[in-house]
Amino acid sequence: MKLTGAEILCESLTQLGVQHIFGYPGGAILPVYDALGKSKLHHILVRHEQGATHMADGYARASGGVGVAMATSGPGATNMVTGIATAMLDSSPVVCITGQVSSKLLGSDAFQEIDITGITMPITKHNVVVSRAEDIARTVREAFIIANTGRPGPVLVDITKDAQQASCEFDWDASVPKLPAKRVRNNHDQAEFDRAIELLNTAKRPVILAGRGIILSGAMRAFEQFVRTCNIPVAMTLLGIGCFPASDPMNLGMMGMHGEAWVNHAIQESDLLIAVGMRFDDRVTGDLRTYAKGARKIHIEIDRAEINKNVKVDAALIGDARETLEKLTPHISNPDRGAWLSHIKELKGDSAVRDIQSLPDNGHLYAAHVINDLWKETRGEAIVVTDVGQHQMWEAQYYHHNQPRTLVTSGGLGTMGFALPAAIGAKFAKPDSEVWVVVGDGGFQMTMCELATIVQEKINIKIAIINNGFLGMVRQWQEFFYDKRYVATPLVAPDFAALANAFGIRGERITQRGDVLSAIRSARESSETVLIDFRVEQEDSVYPMVPAGASLHEMIRRPSNPLVETATEP
Amino acid sequence: MQTLVAYVENKPGVLNRVSSLARRLNVNIDSLTVGPTENPEIARMTIVAHTDEKGGHRLEASLEKLVDVLLAENITERALLERDLALIKVLADQQSRPHLMELIKVFRARVVDVAPESLIIEVSGTVDKIDGLLEVLKPFGVLEMARSGRISMTRGGDLLRPPVASSATEQSAAAR
Repeated sequence: MKLTGAEILCESLTQLGVQHIFGYPGGAILPVYDALGKSKLHHILVRHEQGATHMADGYARASGGVGVAMATSGPGATNMVTGIATAMLDSSPVVCITGQVSSKLLGSDAFQEIDITGITMPITKHNVVVSRAEDIARTVREAFIIANTGRPGPVLVDITKDAQQASCEFDWDASVPKLPAKRVRNNHDQAEFDRAIELLNTAKRPVILAGRGIILSGAMRAFEQFVRTCNIPVAMTLLGIGCFPASDPMNLGMMGMHGEAWVNHAIQESDLLIAVGMRFDDRVTGDLRTYAKGARKIHIEIDRAEINKNVKVDAALIGDARETLEKLTPHISNPDRGAWLSHIKELKGDSAVRDIQSLPDNGHLYAAHVINDLWKETRGEAIVVTDVGQHQMWEAQYYHHNQPRTLVTSGGLGTMGFALPAAIGAKFAKPDSEVWVVVGDGGFQMTMCELATIVQEKINIKIAIINNGFLGMVRQWQEFFYDKRYVATPLVAPDFAALANAFGIRGERITQRGDVLSAIRSARESSETVLIDFRVEQEDSVYPMVPAGASLHEMIRRPSNPLVETATEP
Repeated sequence: MQTLVAYVENKPGVLNRVSSLARRLNVNIDSLTVGPTENPEIARMTIVAHTDEKGGHRLEASLEKLVDVLLAENITERALLERDLALIKVLADQQSRPHLMELIKVFRARVVDVAPESLIIEVSGTVDKIDGLLEVLKPFGVLEMARSGRISMTRGGDLLRPPVASSATEQSAAAR
């Protein structure tokens, strides 16, 4: 069967099980768009190509499959850069397809020509230029394999316009991926294994550090089995949230810069850390020189380059989290951890009384109230997509996730503007799930143009803007470390409810704590997208906080007297 | 200083990926050589990098993550042979020529080009040996020099072969 390169691309994507493509057309990708129109693929027209990559990313994170984004050459492709980097840092399987000028024009600075493979080399797992129609099917197959095997990541396929236009014989079965024959490393070194088992069976104060690798490898059951068998409490990274039920008594909660005090103290006092699918990011460890000094470390990790990168470990088990845990668990004895667990409970008791939820209603609306009410009202079952900043940390603290892939958030890159488009992607991945966007007034203004995408696609998501009139997290740093010199953090915003109305979306503004629950309820009852502008306390801070570069146990604790500032006037 | 050997796909852009990775890891490359292997689709690199053991491990592991890198191995601590080749154009008049010839003999170098006022000397060996020759040639007047960069190979039965396209890799690809 003779097809054009553009038709082959659409056919290949269909064969690979793709249903949705998030993209934006342009000259160098027009042949593909023409073919898309004749295919069964559903194209979602975004308002900015950054949104397309975040949507594909959100789609991938919510579903576990590969998300696909598409753009034209030049500015279309460069607009994708932030989204690609976001996916790279959080190991998200995204395939980006960009149009490129015709191969005979390559290198001539033709209109909208840019070296996008050169630009994205350090922020993709792999990228490739295709300049022959004959190579399209095989390359796209390879891209999907690379994106979603091993440690997942984004792959960019740049297809020249002449390759899209040329015709050639299409044979899917013959277009076999030809990936380089890589060395297969011996993943499970027996000596390392024995050492890990020995450490596990002799530890007195162990803590498990659970990361996103558990979710990526689908190791939730194996992990639970492991936790039950070795009876060790679990601390989670931000991206690990959901890998183990928050309601489980063995789950301590999130660790790190804004982790609860008992979690960080438990880590600092531990004698063994078992890191599973996490990478000892600086936001998790604090000062490395004082990090868990008395602890031996076991690292279960698929990426060999992460071993000993930040923290020197005593046993490295390189490989897929599920396989490794399944192999490890039968060798673990179930020792009595009573003393250690009750010690952690004591630590927890001390912190819990400082919790904002324990404070009487004083008429002030705190972001934590909104998140907590949202959690209660949705029974923790919604997919929550957050942006980056204070609200993101409050979400992690007050929304308790019991299921994997129900928190979608930009961790490694910390990309503001991620939430709204990523939520659109998540909704396409899980159309039957309730999707909530939790976003600050700063980040929302970065990508709010995608409200139009929501309307055009007639999708139903709920948007909670945590509006404090500041770039809150930066303001918090200025408060703590720059003597409250609030430079460039006070932020003017439009009337978000009216803005939503202008897009044809129902919008509301909430200023009182007492109105939060009913607003959430009413939004949930609607079959359409609803935006709620929560005007929260302006100068509230996220506690506890480990200042950047400080030791993990040196936290700024939640003040026992919460700030008594005037509530934001509507 | 860490020495790594890598087998890579012999195609455009791979050198860029490798050097770009070193840049990203903030590792200064002292020497990087690439050449084809007996298999025209595979090239072999010897990378000598200014970094410590930890940096060497990270470079090795990160290199192997590149799709086009088939194998990367840090051989710094292994018994290995290393060779560098230099062409050195040196001033040589009637008076200095006999002295030069003496030195060339001592260093087991050879003269590969003779001109009325100069010679080109070819020397191969370890970096130290070439640096040593260069040192003694300097007083004669070194006009130009080109060095190949290091190539390395582990000694004896310690083989470093490119992985063959095993059925395992193809199967895993097909399975997905």
